[in-house]
Amino acid sequence: MKKIGIPKALLYYYYNDLWIYFFKYLKLNVVYSNQSNKKILSDGERLAQDEACLSLKLYLGHVKDLINRCDYILVPRLYSVKKNEGVCTNFNALYDLVNNTFDNINILNYNIDLTKNENELLGFLNLGKELGFSYINSYIAYKFAKEKSLENRIRREEKQKYNLTTNNTKILVAAHPYNLYDELVGKPIIDYLEDENITIIYSDRINHKIIDSECEKISTDIHWTHSKEVMASINYYKDKVDGIIIISAFPCGPDSLANHLAIREVKNIPVLKLIMEDLNSDIGILTRLESFIDILKQKKEENYEKNN
Amino acid sequence: MKRIISFPHLGNYYIPVKYLLEKLTDFEVRQSPPITKKTLELGEKYSPNDVCIPFKYNLGNFIESLDKGASILVQAGGGCRYRYYAEVQEKILRDLGYEFSFIKLISKDKMRVKETYNIFKKLNSKLSLYKFINTFIITLFFIYYMDKIDVIIRKRIGFEVDKNSFINLREKMYKDFYNCNNLTTLTICYFKYRKKFKKLKIDKPKNCLKVGIIGELYTSMEPFSSYFLESELAKMNIELKRYTDLSYLLWKKKLTTKHMLRKTKHYCKYTLGADGLDNVYRTIKLAKKYDGIIHTKPFGCTPEVGAIPIIKKVAKDKNIPIIFFSYDSETSNEGIITRLEAFYDLIKYRKEKK
Repeated sequence: MKKIGIPKALLYYYYNDLWIYFFKYLKLNVVYSNQSNKKILSDGERLAQDEACLSLKLYLGHVKDLINRCDYILVPRLYSVKKNEGVCTNFNALYDLVNNTFDNINILNYNIDLTKNENELLGFLNLGKELGFSYINSYIAYKFAKEKSLENRIRREEKQKYNLTTNNTKILVAAHPYNLYDELVGKPIIDYLEDENITIIYSDRINHKIIDSECEKISTDIHWTHSKEVMASINYYKDKVDGIIIISAFPCGPDSLANHLAIREVKNIPVLKLIMEDLNSDIGILTRLESFIDILKQKKEENYEKNN
Repeated sequence: MKRIISFPHLGNYYIPVKYLLEKLTDFEVRQSPPITKKTLELGEKYSPNDVCIPFKYNLGNFIESLDKGASILVQAGGGCRYRYYAEVQEKILRDLGYEFSFIKLISKDKMRVKETYNIFKKLNSKLSLYKFINTFIITLFFIYYMDKIDVIIRKRIGFEVDKNSFINLREKMYKDFYNCNNLTTLTICYFKYRKKFKKLKIDKPKNCLKVGIIGELYTSMEPFSSYFLESELAKMNIELKRYTDLSYLLWKKKLTTKHMLRKTKHYCKYTLGADGLDNVYRTIKLAKKYDGIIHTKPFGCTPEVGAIPIIKKVAKDKNIPIIFFSYDSETSNEGIITRLEAFYDLIKYRKEKK
């Protein structure tokens, strides 16, 4: 039976639910690459351009990790997933980049480009066809997967809503999910915050229906779908949390402008901007986190005294 | 007192833009002061740290214009990060305490005639649609002719006999172009100067070195940002070819995308974002007749970073030397010259070996 490999980086964090239910419905086997580790990172650094962003380097490392472990590697190409919006150009080039970086690689690919009327459904139908399934089968599988993935998203959103009502110290961690949940990039930060007994609010668990309206309050011109989510979450949660941590990979094109714009809207609470580049030592990051949390606690105590 | 309208620099294109704005509005049109080191310093000081360098140049231009008394600023917009420049720059400038109105020519990635007309109508209530379209078309031809002449110049300037003869004639041509009021006189003017340029004395050996310049648009069009790469190359007696110019970006790109996809299908299945695919296509094309390729980009330019591995692969397959320049505000002129000289020696050696 055919095995499909999914690199645990970049788009995995947006589309995993959709992919996994789609392939499950079609009774296909899926293999994941390992969690990000030092070897994957050093592989990626060797394969990628020096100037490529950390996330792209990790991605190439994950693809390398999958080679010889599966029949196909899933590498989609995105251009525009929402009307009048675009995505980071890394996603535009992803397929061709992987295809040209590795020799003899079997890639499973679909394309989403709304400017050419190629929507997600069409992409998955073509994906199914390439794997030898009829359009009807793929259609049903896609609908099933879409429904399930939406359900999962809503469940996460509900949980977040509940977390927001607690009295604990709350911190919004705003980042692209592929940085936020990555074992090397965001995970150490999240682990640290959890150890400190802080409730974490995740930027990608904002109610998906309010993204557009919240984002418009900060920026009318932004056109990167994935950055919009981060910006909307900063605007929406800024009055509801005690502090904000923004994680970004170096050098990130969209983030360099979007985060700059978002931060200037936040006035009353402390913001920590972490730009991740060299992952060989997280001591520098931890020191900054420590002092940030000290500031938060002090502020909270002061407020508490004022109120009493 | 008239209000002053101003806009950032991009090579010599301030001339047609000035022409357009002067015809369409009642304001005094004054382009930003020429780019200097100071411009970059100013831009750098107030920009986000990791933004790409065109943003810093643009912001520096705006600040200098505002200091000179401008009260209306124009920003073009376009694809990639350019599309988002305007909003961030406006906010930064307002935070600095400047008062001005800001005009974005292209919104939502596409330029629509009616929307643009409405923008100008707001500036000048007497403007008629006919005059708007007419001036616009003349400006487009202005740009088109400028680029055509530049192609001729790039081929010949490395071999000029009288120093600066090309540059001086070009300055004169711009002045004459600027005084043309309709398409016919502009076209006549263009042909006149084309003849003149072709008659300028050159001393060109038959097997001269030929180099193609590809890369990101701002660094290839604004000489200051690439540390005057083209004139440095001209000093080395090299024939140049550069694809990116304003007429390419405004309409040629759209018309040729399908053709490019067909020609690059061995390497690329999709477009790579911004000018990524274009550069892969150019590499394939240049590899046939040229001796070397120079690729320029600002540091951290995401679309080019995505395209470079593919460009490198093409260059390796086709066996053509290629050199990559990545410009940052800290890049030093000497480093670039040294690398350029080494590159020159390489292509010269290869040519002689053949």
